[in-house]
Amino acid sequence: MTTMTDQPGTAEAAPPLKLPRPYNLTTTTVLAVGSLVILVPLYFILAMSLKTGANSGAGAGFAFPFDAAWGNFSKAWEVVNAPKAFTWSVVISAIAVAGNILIPAMFAWAVVRNWEHKFFRFSFMGLLAGMFIPFVVLVLPQIKLMAKLGLDNPFGVAILHIMFGLAFNSLMFSAYIRNLPVELEESAALDGATQFQIFRKVVFPLLMPMAATVGIFAFLGSWNDYMMPSLIIADVTQQTLPVVQASYRDALQTDLNVAFASYALAMIPAIIGYLIGQRWIIAGVMRGAIK
Amino acid sequence: MSEITRAVEATEALAAGAVDTGVVDTGLPRKKPSLTHYLMVVPALLGFFVFIIVPTIQGMFYSFTDYAGYGDWHFIGWANFAAMFQDPNVGQAYKFTILYAAVTTVLLNVAALYLAVLLNGKARWPNLWKGIYFIPMVLSGLVVAYCFQTLLNISLPKIISWGIIGDGILTNPGWAWLGVVFVTIWATFPGTVIIYLAGLSSIGSDVYEAGELDGAKPFAQFRHLTLPLLAPFVVINTVLGLKGLLNAYDIIVGLTGGGPGNATTSIAMSITGTVTNSDVAYGTAQAMVFFVVTVVLSLLQLGVVKLMGRKS
Repeated sequence: MTTMTDQPGTAEAAPPLKLPRPYNLTTTTVLAVGSLVILVPLYFILAMSLKTGANSGAGAGFAFPFDAAWGNFSKAWEVVNAPKAFTWSVVISAIAVAGNILIPAMFAWAVVRNWEHKFFRFSFMGLLAGMFIPFVVLVLPQIKLMAKLGLDNPFGVAILHIMFGLAFNSLMFSAYIRNLPVELEESAALDGATQFQIFRKVVFPLLMPMAATVGIFAFLGSWNDYMMPSLIIADVTQQTLPVVQASYRDALQTDLNVAFASYALAMIPAIIGYLIGQRWIIAGVMRGAIK
Repeated sequence: MSEITRAVEATEALAAGAVDTGVVDTGLPRKKPSLTHYLMVVPALLGFFVFIIVPTIQGMFYSFTDYAGYGDWHFIGWANFAAMFQDPNVGQAYKFTILYAAVTTVLLNVAALYLAVLLNGKARWPNLWKGIYFIPMVLSGLVVAYCFQTLLNISLPKIISWGIIGDGILTNPGWAWLGVVFVTIWATFPGTVIIYLAGLSSIGSDVYEAGELDGAKPFAQFRHLTLPLLAPFVVINTVLGLKGLLNAYDIIVGLTGGGPGNATTSIAMSITGTVTNSDVAYGTAQAMVFFVVTVVLSLLQLGVVKLMGRKS
């Protein structure tokens, strides 16, 4: 590693010399070659989704799809009933994101500001202890319970997505709130603001960076989840994209290319959204790991 | 200091009984909490009680019955638990899940750490590479698994005809688990890399300058500077990673469906599978044992975290 530091370590050194950033060829090459591990499967999906059945049967599926069969996509769109599944996925994710931010934020603020009271302290710890309980441990009674409550539908799944993020998100928010200056809230209180107004107008806006991080994780987890919707939602016409794709796969094992078109349909919006918001998403996720 | 380190520490403090670790001194006299504060904890506590505590207790109850998921039930004592220890399917699920979780954790962290160091290095177009490598983060595990199933079972054997790959690795009872490990790493490594990148960015360049003055070669720098400074992040990744992997479901369902036979059936699949077999009580008994195993493993890991904390 040939490092060129533009900040000399000693005081008597010459003023910092701005050198062009030296690129390391080996690192670049290894990264480029390694990226094939990601890109080749993605290319494979695209190539498969654009082939006719005869075409993909002949080769390994990597050949360039010159005779692009765009019909695969419209067929997949119809069979999967994409608009409906898409709508339910959006509804669940939207509720899950809002709930994953609001409920833990309120909870964490109330707890941190009243830490000296046993009730709040023990509530927080009880919730944290709940972090140890995985979904599979309580899934079987849960299925019954949700049906009994009339929540064996997308709204029930959204509630569960919120509940299983509760402990971790409360922890993230409480760590963040501990670093907020309490003086702002005190002066708002002196000005006659109620506690709820303080939370809404003073505290919550300050929580936005952490809310973005929590929101991104909540969205990805909720949008891509298969286990909970498949087990909880009773009515198949209300199922989410991943579950609909699973049932479609079983129904049409033979029509591989249409199946791949449906996978591409599910992936493309996510990838495009990611490419547009990439910098922002990575920054948000990084913030979760370091402050 | 990272949020997640703090999370690990808070849990550790909890486990150690150090109740007052997080106390914030607001500098104010002890005041009565306002009604608003009580109202703000209600949704979280109520939801937690109804949707997590109640079904957990119900599950404990059912595990001592012969409840099929519907109709009548009777207490049968410890029979479900006794049957479990005789059940080769349950034993296989534990064998597979633990092997899978352990191997994946090790390989995933080695690969992710290497990639994070490369991405943090002086590559040309750093944002392009980050952009490409992090794509799997936004994809559904199930759909990724479906694509890889075709890729590994149908396409790859047409290109490479020898050995276990030629026969389709996922159809080989002895080696299918390795295919599952590979796809899991493919689908989950971005999160691990990002946590390592965050860790690397927290190490100042002055550390390396000092190392260079002392004549440390790149590998020695990695071994004696980067790795010790990243230790908390290794802990985060293994703690978070192992817990997720023990609960593996989506990717395996899509990739092998638990097969061939039951070679790659995870504990989570074994438990949820009892719904369709009308054997819910037996499933809840498995879930309780799995719960205890999870807690014990978590406490063990926290013990390791504590030991490492004392060393540094």
